[in-house]
Amino acid sequence: MEELTIIGAINKGLRRAMDADPKVLLMGEDIGKLGGVFRATEGLQKDFGENRVIDTPLAESGIVGTAIGLALYGYRPVVEIQFDGFVYPAFDQIVVQVARMRYRTAGVLHLPITIRMPYGGGIGSVEHHGESPEAYFASTPGLRVITCADPSDAYWMIQQAIASDDPVIFLEPKRRYWQKGQVDTNGDMSTAVPMNGAKVLVEGADCTLICYGPTVATALQAASMAAEEGVHLEVINLRSLSPLDLATLNTSVMKTGRAIVVHEASSSGGIGGEVGQCLMQSCFYHLKAPVLRVTGYDTPYPPSRNENRYLPDADRILDAVEKSMSY
Amino acid sequence: MNQLEPLIQLLDNDGSIVENSQYKSSLDDATLLGFYRDMVLVRQLDMQATALQRQGELSLWAPCLGQEAAQIGSGRALKAQDFAFATYREHGIAWCRGVDPVQMLRFWRGTVHQSWDANKHRLYGYQIIIGAHALHATGYAMGAQYAGNVATGQADKDQAVIAYFGDGAMSEGDINEAFIFAAAYQAPVVFFCQNNQWAISEPTKRQSRVPLSHRADGFGMPGVRVDGNDVIACHEVTMAALERARSGQGPTLIEAVTYRMGAHTTSDDPTKYRNSADDELWRTRDPIERLRVYLTGKGVLNETISAEIAGEATSLAERMREGCRQFPTPEPLAMFDHVYAGPDARIEAQRAEMQAILAQEGAN
Repeated sequence: MEELTIIGAINKGLRRAMDADPKVLLMGEDIGKLGGVFRATEGLQKDFGENRVIDTPLAESGIVGTAIGLALYGYRPVVEIQFDGFVYPAFDQIVVQVARMRYRTAGVLHLPITIRMPYGGGIGSVEHHGESPEAYFASTPGLRVITCADPSDAYWMIQQAIASDDPVIFLEPKRRYWQKGQVDTNGDMSTAVPMNGAKVLVEGADCTLICYGPTVATALQAASMAAEEGVHLEVINLRSLSPLDLATLNTSVMKTGRAIVVHEASSSGGIGGEVGQCLMQSCFYHLKAPVLRVTGYDTPYPPSRNENRYLPDADRILDAVEKSMSY
Repeated sequence: MNQLEPLIQLLDNDGSIVENSQYKSSLDDATLLGFYRDMVLVRQLDMQATALQRQGELSLWAPCLGQEAAQIGSGRALKAQDFAFATYREHGIAWCRGVDPVQMLRFWRGTVHQSWDANKHRLYGYQIIIGAHALHATGYAMGAQYAGNVATGQADKDQAVIAYFGDGAMSEGDINEAFIFAAAYQAPVVFFCQNNQWAISEPTKRQSRVPLSHRADGFGMPGVRVDGNDVIACHEVTMAALERARSGQGPTLIEAVTYRMGAHTTSDDPTKYRNSADDELWRTRDPIERLRVYLTGKGVLNETISAEIAGEATSLAERMREGCRQFPTPEPLAMFDHVYAGPDARIEAQRAEMQAILAQEGAN
């Protein structure tokens, strides 16, 4: 076991994936000498060379588009998009090309590309540095969309993403980058929890709190506050936003009869709506209250001085718990 | 970037006038002294803002240190009726467009998304997305054409648009598409690229094998390479390009070769990727120092005037420190304003939800 931050775990996970498979190469802006603006790739260019850790021109569409070509040649590109808000120039290449290549070619061509990006707010930065674009990708067939919330998941899930033969959008909760935790860096990927599975982090009988990425820590905080009041929340980290691990969600909600989905992204058209719909379909007769959402508001991300009002906090979660419990 | 490639220079590193067959200085002493004052004050505002970030008053700042000549020289070439589209580093352009430096800080303090009224100053807000605004500038220029505000021959009517961006932006699709549109429609737009040698950690050679101005040829517009630390040359080259645009002769790409003397932003640490020898070399090409030497030699600048400007700089810094701390955090409910033209049921429900939370907090 080793104590790592989330960003440190991603760095180690990338290194291990590169050691394991010479076809793995990294591409992105400032990922070489600088090691990335968050230092996810620190030291990797020095050890693996400029042909495997590639500083690219400033062109996000170009980065993803050329990653497609490299993948067609047999490489396994891991692309870094520097910030969530910078991904949109590459949106066309991701949703129109990356996502559909296997389907379009009836399986003749496939693109084992991992697209990493820091996402979410809470770091006090300027516009385009606090966005949660996951719903765009989760609603695109052909992409797998996953997100980590602790160093151990960060370490294993990045390796699983790279090993996947499907394209993966790997979302990194940037305000949690420096959160520490124990990681079994001597372990084996085959025994790690699969990247498409949800995890029950806390068991509880009263209400299921469904969260992912940056809101996991907030949900855990809310759960311990609720426990002091005698309300026992079951906290589930979704981990995979597409596909959803419905089996784990159904088991929990059939037990508790109540569910609240928490995410930073806006509510409309978001993951919460999808989860709620799935639960209504599979757990309708078990539900004691409507599935509720605690999310960012349906506004663009606000100036940072007020971002903590925008981001779901433990109080807003507990208000929803109370609403659900008293329904 | 090969510094030996020809570039337009009218004032050299030592502060001496250089003859050029194509361009010559049209500036009188008073105007040049004004440029000097501009550059000193912009450097002061930049350094003060950097300090305010270090003190925790701003969440971020993107310094324009070293790029004062490119910005003041070109910014002072704009007429009132022109419109400028700039990035997060163009504090000198904001200065030329009459934005109070105290107001500039609001964005960086995280209280607003845009620091000033774009229509009032005829300057778009700081653009964060690399290159996106070059297309907006081109469309705006096409609007000026369609509205009949180009090539009328009336000096106070004909409009030009200028778009500022850096060497890194030259790789973005949006920039290249802007060049295509501007050339196709002969739009009255000037593309002003400050090649400051670094796109965060990546040197210009990562973006281009040829001088950036050479790209213009392939798009069908003139490309001009100018010493970006020479305020006189930057001014003359931009004046000519803007006039060309206003008179209906179409777009120009200007590459102003300069150097980002500071970090990319206050979050960046350039020691990780570039060596101090480059910093030292460019310090000898300082844009302010060479004008100081020239104006002093001519007797235009003396100790009294220098002291006056220094005094102005000191009070500007003081005003920024005080003003910055006085910007209030906006009312949280303000985040629900301006999402749509009119009220929206979802937004209003969420506004009410937050109102209830605030009321509850107030009661506790």
